[in-house]
Order: sequence, then structure tokens, then C-alpha cells
Amino acid sequence: MNRILETRILAPDVKYFRVEAPRVARKRRAGQFVIVRVTGNGERIPLTIADADPEAGWIALIVQGVGKSTRTFNHLEVGDTINDLAGPLGMPSEIDQHHTAVVVGGGVGTAIAYPTAVALADAGSDVIAIIGGRSRQYVILEEELRAVCTGVHPTTDDGSYGYHGLVTDKLAELLSDGHRIDYVMAAGPVPMMRAVAEVTRPHGIDTVVSLNPIMVDGTGMCGGCRVSVGGETRFACVDGPEFDAHLVDFELLARRNSTYGAFENYRNEELTADQRCRVGPPGSR
Amino acid sequence: MGGDLSRRERLKLPRQEMGEQPPQARAVNFDEVNLGYTPAQAVAEAERCLLCARPTCIEGCPVGIDIREFVRLVAEERFQDAADVVKRDNFLPAICGRVCPQEDQCEGACVLAKKYTPVAIGNLERFVADYERGHGGPAGVVAVAKTGKRVAVVGSGPAGLACAADLVRSGHEVTVFEALHELGGVLLYGIPEFRLPKEIVRAELDQLAELGVRFETNAVIGMIETIDELLDEDGYDAVFLGVGAGLPRFLGVPGENLVGVYSANEFLTRVNLMRAYAAGAETPLLDLYQKRVAVFGGGNTAMDAVRTARRLGAAPAMILYRRSEAEMPARAEEAVHAKAEGIELATLVSPIELLGDDDGWLTGVRLQRMELGETDESGRQRPQPIPGDEYEIAIDVAVVAIGNAPNPLIHKTAPDLEQTAWGTIVADPETGRTSKVAVFAGGDIVTGGATVILAMGAGRRAAVSIDEYLDTGVWEIEPGGLSDRPRGSARHPSSLPVPGR
Repeated sequence: MNRILETRILAPDVKYFRVEAPRVARKRRAGQFVIVRVTGNGERIPLTIADADPEAGWIALIVQGVGKSTRTFNHLEVGDTINDLAGPLGMPSEIDQHHTAVVVGGGVGTAIAYPTAVALADAGSDVIAIIGGRSRQYVILEEELRAVCTGVHPTTDDGSYGYHGLVTDKLAELLSDGHRIDYVMAAGPVPMMRAVAEVTRPHGIDTVVSLNPIMVDGTGMCGGCRVSVGGETRFACVDGPEFDAHLVDFELLARRNSTYGAFENYRNEELTADQRCRVGPPGSR
Repeated sequence: MGGDLSRRERLKLPRQEMGEQPPQARAVNFDEVNLGYTPAQAVAEAERCLLCARPTCIEGCPVGIDIREFVRLVAEERFQDAADVVKRDNFLPAICGRVCPQEDQCEGACVLAKKYTPVAIGNLERFVADYERGHGGPAGVVAVAKTGKRVAVVGSGPAGLACAADLVRSGHEVTVFEALHELGGVLLYGIPEFRLPKEIVRAELDQLAELGVRFETNAVIGMIETIDELLDEDGYDAVFLGVGAGLPRFLGVPGENLVGVYSANEFLTRVNLMRAYAAGAETPLLDLYQKRVAVFGGGNTAMDAVRTARRLGAAPAMILYRRSEAEMPARAEEAVHAKAEGIELATLVSPIELLGDDDGWLTGVRLQRMELGETDESGRQRPQPIPGDEYEIAIDVAVVAIGNAPNPLIHKTAPDLEQTAWGTIVADPETGRTSKVAVFAGGDIVTGGATVILAMGAGRRAAVSIDEYLDTGVWEIEPGGLSDRPRGSARHPSSLPVPGR
């Protein structure tokens, strides 16, 4: 059982958890993830380890409540425990020293890009972060990134904060301004990652994306997370989750991620109805 | 009493058929298909045993259970004594009685098998194990002197559990590490409830815990701890690797990544471990009701998958197998059960391409008709395509059950562990000793995908060798020395004539 030490709301439906997990904290490296199960009947959810303190023995997880399981997770508070937590899983990010590395985070994808930004900076790279959101309230971890990056560029779709436009527009702008960018790492929605790959492709810049396919065990056993990279089938859980952005079949990824759309909609409606029923005068539950 | 019967009278006794749920009923529920013997049936069946002076059945058992003795005790209605005899050699009889391929092992070796029908040893094993569980479990734990030695067992499947059971009974301190959130390995995530109720797996695990075996779930060895760390930092004196062959093989044809194509591991894990069939389960599964489901493969896993699909409403639920029915590696009983439940069986067909719609969802499969050709190294006739004989059928969901490759996780973190070209760990088949001092391995990670009982046998042999190593401190295998000896793992796992899982 892993106890929750701290929680914070970062954005609507996006919550930060500091979780007691001493062994994982000691072992994990940037880019790796854990699988959690909130309840005895729960789904196994893969979550990137956003941060960790090996001395204090905690890891940080950032959860976006999109499906029933993640929404249930986001109801947890300090002192609650997570039934199961296994990891670290996946291959760590390949961290080399670059002249200038850019990390691109879309929405909650910034939580995946953040630990890589820290590791790249620690390795001596200049790191620029581009972090996007629909509007100001969806831009997360800006302050944390400023502590390690030479530049942080928030972007919003509606122009309510920072650069008005998409993360890829900002990335293209940095490239045309003549920044000597030799490495790009992107994490976020599939269309965003695909767009980042297309921006850097003509420049021949090394670009990796952290993929988020459907996963059950996270140890190579189920093959549910298979992705196509350069025409080869790879398992994101043991071969990834980071892959060469210029070789990933994003269309396949998007399709496979839609497998349980109908199921999730149904579960979400059920959960919402359930919560509505529970709303009553204080103490009525 | 059985002792009064003459040999001739015994030969005339009919084999007792085990009761089972009617096919129409069981095809729509997940309850166990076989209902077990009544005590009277068990005695009647045990009386068929000729009590041979040289019991060939025991030679046919991978773990050498004293079959003649336990069957004799059943005939005398001494059921608990019979269970005690079985447990001397097999700590998980309720499981083995249900999933062993007895027709290829003890029952295949029974002298009655040639001219009559063999004694139903598997049914009797199951009966005595269930009897014991239903009558307050085994006699109290016998205290053994502690050796002060510690062993880490990696993987809580059949190999690891059998190894742990023997080690703890030798007085060693044993910790079993399991990557998933529940114990049992393939017994849990792989074999469905209707063939092996999870309650039975849990009861057998509880017995191990009572003996003092410690279990740690959510512990992915290789990632959270390396083997070296277990040995050097955590103070374990030996490590047994029973991690199984967990990496699913796919067909290698276009379209295998379409939505609707599952590996058997994923499909069965969602249903068995995550209970996606139960109301209120949070883990999703594609709706199979009235859907056309095709399972590729002919082993026990394929049978498990197709019968599971049937229970989830698939119509039709079909097996597509590239050889003929006679070559199917599944246990005979599974194939019989599957057909009774309305499973369709298409043999001598091989998929060429999985077909999808514009949104990437599976819609069908293009099949190549095959014929049997030369005998291959597994002793079966090799299937070969009939040129130009291709056709398409519509399917909504496909499950690929053509076997597993060894999981690469362990090797990645222990490069000094010698492995074969197929990724299996090189280990002495008699002792389980690997190229790395103090590290033993057994089960599917050494042999490639095989059976529960073979894995248990390997776990038990390794336990003997671990005990010896802990006692003497002698590790006689020089690094690299294993490569010069003949061993099972030197052959490609898929060429071994193993009966599925």
C-alpha cells in the first residue's frame, strides 16, 4: 500500500499526487512510469513518474481524470492509500548532452515531458520548454520548468496566456529564429505529437515522443500496447514508451487508443450519475 | 473392498465418468465445467487399478507422484492419507488434477491404456485434493529446523510455487516476488475460471503462506531490483527465476494491429485477472455478444480463449488452426469440451492477412488453405499452403494464441545470464543451474511455452539443487560450461512436442 503525502489541483481535472514509494523513488529514471490500481476492482493505469525524491522516498504522479478509473483516482486525498503500485516500468529516456534541447508538452503531457527536461538540464543541455493548453488554466508546471530551463514558452489555443497558438507554431517559430536545436522530446495528445514530428522532420532534428497506448500489465505480457515504429511492431511498455517520432505510425496509435471509447463513455456516464446521487446535504453520505 | 477383487474382475469395471455441467448451461457461465467425483465414484474408479508391481504410471508423472499408493488408499476410502501421499511429491494437486495433460503422462503410461481405458488418475488426484480442502485442510504444519538461508523466487506461477514449497519445507526462508497485483502467474491470468476456479489457486497459495512462504506482489524484478541486488544487497543466498514465457507472439501478417486483434494473453488477462466479464469491472473488453470471434492456434490457450469468447456471447466462436485436428496440441478433454459447447473448428487454414475498415477496425481475415506434408522435427506433419486456395471470412474480433516468447525484462538487467538465440535462459535441466552463480531457473523461461506440471517439475528439481548449493556452497558449473552439454533448451522451443500449456 502506498500512502498519499500531498495533493494539489494543477488544472481542471488534473491533480498532482506525492506518493510514498521509497524503492521506486530510488530506482526510477526520467521517462519511466508506474502502473497503479486504486481499488480492489480497479483497472491498471499507467502513469509517468513526474518527479521523485530518492532520499525522502516519494514519487510524484500527475493524473488527468478522463476515464472512470482516473476520475476515481483524482478523488484520493492526503492519507489515502493506493492499492497497488508497480514500477518503475519502461525504458528510461535517453539522456545525452545537447546544445539545445526542446521539450514540448501538450496539456497533461507536460507532466511526462517535465522529468525529461530536468534530466536533460542535469546532463548539461540548454533546455527550452514549450507547454501548451487550451487556455491559461490548462498550462501546468510552468514554475517548475522555469527552475531548470533556459526558456519556457507557455502557449494557449485561445490566447488567454502566453503565445496565442499551438505548441507546434511556437516550435516552428523557434526554429525559424535560428535556434540551434538538436533534440526535441514531445508528450501530449496524439495529433500534437504527430504535428511536432512533422515540424522537426524537414530539419532532421532528433525527435522522440512518449507514447500513451492502451496497456494492461506493463511488463511485456499482453501486447495491448503494441505500436508500429518504422514498420516494426514494438511494445511501448518494454521497448518504450519513448520512440523516434519520425518513425511512429501515429494514425495506428490513435485508432488503437479509440478501442474502448464506447465503454469509457458508458462508464463515465455511470460515474457521473453515481456522483450526482451522492450529492446531498453535508454529512448525508 | 477393492482388495477382494480379482484381476479379471477389475478389468471389467467401467471407468467412472466425471459429472459436468451440461454444455448448453456452461456455455453461458464461468462456473467450473467438471463437477468432480463423488466419494463412491472415487472408490469405484480406484478399484480399477491393478496395483502393478512395476507401476509405469509413476514413470509417466513428471514429478513422480506415488500414484499406485495414493490410488490404493482411495480404494480403501482413506482419502486424507491419499492426499498426504500425493502432497509428498506435488504440493498443488487440486491444480494439477485439473490442468495436467494426463493422457500424455500418467494415464498414457497406465497398463490399462493399451487394451482398456486407463485409470482416471487425474480425476482421483483432483478428488483427494478437493477432499482435503473440504475437510479442514492438511494436518498441522510440521516444524522444520531453520537453516538461516534466504531464497528469492521470482514469479509466482507453477515453477516458482513448486520451488518455494519445497524450499520452505527444507527450512529455508523464501520470498516469492510477483510482478502483477495478484499471485498465481498463468494459473491466475491464463487459465479461465471454468477450468481452474481461482478460489482453488488461492487455497493452495494460502497453504504455502501457512508454511511460511512470504509473498510480495507488484514487484517487477529486473526493474525494482536486479538479480545482483537481490544477492549482494538484500542478502538472498540464491535466486530462482520462474518468470515464464510471457511475451506474446503475433501472426506476422498485415493487419495484426487492427482494433479488435488481441493476443491471447491480453484477452485472457482482461477476463481472468481483471475480471472484465463481471458486472462492475473497471477493465474494459470489446463486447463479444453476437460477434464473430476467431481464435488462431490449437493449444490449450487457444481452447481457453475460444471457450471464454463463447461464454461472453460470441457467435460463432471459432478456432482457426493451420494443421489438422489430430495435431492440435490442446489436451483432448479441452477440445471435446470446446466442441460440446458449440465451438466451430476450422483446420488446415492459415491467416494471410487481417482485413479492416477505414477506421482501422477488424472486419475479416483472408485465409490460406493448407495440406499436410513432410513430418517435421516435432514429429507432426508440416502444414504447407495449397497454392491459390485462398478465401475470406468476416470476423469482428481475433485472438492470437500461437504461443509466447520469453520475457526480455530479466535479461535486460542481467546481461551475464546466458541465454539461447530464442531468449530462453540457459539452465541445466536436472538442476536448474544457470551461467550465473547462485541463480537457478526453471519452467517456461527455460523450455519455452510448456505445461503447468513440467514447470512444477523444473521448480522442484531446482529446489533440490538449491538446497544442496545452500548446504555445500559448491557451484560446480563453470561459467559457459552449460553450452557444451545437451539440453532441452538448445532446441527451438516451438519444435518441442509439448502439449500446449
